[in-house]
Amino acid sequence: MSAAAATAEPRPGAGTPPPRTTAARRRMLGLDRDAWFLLLPALIPVLVLSVGPLLYGISLAFTDAQSGVTRSTSFTGLTNFADLRLDSLFWDSFRIGLIWAVCVTALQLLLALGLALLLDQNLRFRWLARTLALVPWAMPEVVVGIMWRLVYNPDAGVLNNTLRHLHLTSGHTDWLSSLSLALPAVIVVGVWAGMPQTTVVLLAGLQNVPLELHEAAGIDGAGAWRRFTTVTWPTLKPVVLSITALNFIWNFNSFGLVFVLTSGGPGGKTRLPTLFAYEEAFRYGQFGYAAAMGLVMVAVIAVLLTVFLRNRLKEADQ
Amino acid sequence: MSAAVPASQQAAPQPVPRPQPRPARRGLRRRAGRTGQYAALLCYLVFLAFPLLWLVSTAFKSPRELGSVDPTWLPRHPTLGNFRTALDEQPLLHAALNSLLVAGAAALISVAVAVPAAYAMVRFRGAVSRAGTGWILVSQMFPLVLVIIPLFMVLKNLHLIDSRPGLVVVYVVWTLPFVLWMLQSYVKAVPVSLEEAAAIDGCGRLRTLRSVVLPLLAPGLVATLMFAFVTAWNEFFFALVLLKTPEKQTMSVILTHFTGAEGAADLGPLAAASLLATIPSLAFFALLQKRLVGGMLSGAVKG
Repeated sequence: MSAAAATAEPRPGAGTPPPRTTAARRRMLGLDRDAWFLLLPALIPVLVLSVGPLLYGISLAFTDAQSGVTRSTSFTGLTNFADLRLDSLFWDSFRIGLIWAVCVTALQLLLALGLALLLDQNLRFRWLARTLALVPWAMPEVVVGIMWRLVYNPDAGVLNNTLRHLHLTSGHTDWLSSLSLALPAVIVVGVWAGMPQTTVVLLAGLQNVPLELHEAAGIDGAGAWRRFTTVTWPTLKPVVLSITALNFIWNFNSFGLVFVLTSGGPGGKTRLPTLFAYEEAFRYGQFGYAAAMGLVMVAVIAVLLTVFLRNRLKEADQ
Repeated sequence: MSAAVPASQQAAPQPVPRPQPRPARRGLRRRAGRTGQYAALLCYLVFLAFPLLWLVSTAFKSPRELGSVDPTWLPRHPTLGNFRTALDEQPLLHAALNSLLVAGAAALISVAVAVPAAYAMVRFRGAVSRAGTGWILVSQMFPLVLVIIPLFMVLKNLHLIDSRPGLVVVYVVWTLPFVLWMLQSYVKAVPVSLEEAAAIDGCGRLRTLRSVVLPLLAPGLVATLMFAFVTAWNEFFFALVLLKTPEKQTMSVILTHFTGAEGAADLGPLAAASLLATIPSLAFFALLQKRLVGGMLSGAVKG
């Protein structure tokens, strides 16, 4: 539209009435200057502390930068990536990160979808569930971690205690220190912490499902499942896609929860790539190498998301 | 709609006995469905609530009770001792003050900077606003680890490592994408006709922004401000990396120091301190629950 106004500008007589063109021109010039003026306060910090560092960080991945070293860093090309390729510890952690992100995202989606569908019904105690579903969202990550440490505590924890009373186990499981149970235990916490957001978003999506269509399908004799697949799901699908993609990114990049719960232990079984890179950077001071890890993580996320979204969008087109 | 018509047409001419058993069966099925739904809801409630209840219960238990082999849901002798210990042992109050200052300053600056930008992005659609939206999305994708390393080096050169102002600056940038996104939806709700009326009355751009748009934005501004505050208050990673002196550390970092000591008796103060750290965000969500969900709803409708 602005382009059309600009081309109309030199010859005000043709087509458009003159007064409007002058006004539009004056307005356009003024607006442009004002717009920049308005954007500037946000633009400067963003450029200096977000875009700048990001580009700097990407360039660091190709250097041997270290913390606290006085000698100047030098460009090393792809050395970091070549090292990384052979670093089995990193790939172990990467695999754990993927398992964590996929499991948490999938479970979050399933549980949140169920809860959202329930909350969309006219049930009693819905308000309680709604309120409770928001609480994990409101809690600081660190507190969520601490809380679940109390739950998982082998001696004083409520989980072992309950299992003991139900005679399901001997009740002395050390959840967060067991090699096989630590990752599932941590995943449960991830699901608990991330479910509220997903639920709220899905609940919002459900409001868009046309009620008439639902009723019509019901009158036609469609059961609950049929109504869900034919009426609810098509409307909800775009919302599900976007929240799943976002959840995956957030989960893959999450740090605080697992840091507080296990700090990556036992034996690195819950060491997410973010924790790995954090240790590499701030415990061992290998800034360049850690930046390379970060870059690999971004690249993999980008590829996975592209594949995921493209497939889904294709499905949606058909 | 097309389905509703034949059904009503059929019902009128032939009153066959079919409708009679149908409601009964449907009623039974519906009741079974309802029971199932309540059962599912109960499962959700248990899953969501039991860690919370445990945290609260632990916070009010005496050290003696926490050491017992058979812990109970309700504290047998509820005490406030844990809160006292927590406040005495660790510089918790000081940390809370740090959090308050850092999060408050960050929220104020972030919103102040974002209001004009959000307005510009909504009203003047163009390359800049598209780039802004793109950045909001991209900024969600990068792992903090990749951002923190260069940020650490930049801040070190500015001598802002281990300083609260440095953390404020980081939080401003970090909360900005979401604050911008929230404010944009509020700006969109302000009718353009009002601004045009102001312009006709001779208001300049900035005057319009100040005396027409800002007052209308006020409720949204408060919500955004509180959101930014809570986000900064809850933040952990940047605070962990950027603040080293215990006197400067914020609440979330101080809390992780509690976890270092492992004895069962320390669990009480840990739980008490965690509860205290949750108060601001819980208060925020309690106040804004409706609006927040509503905001998400309206956002989804537009999206």
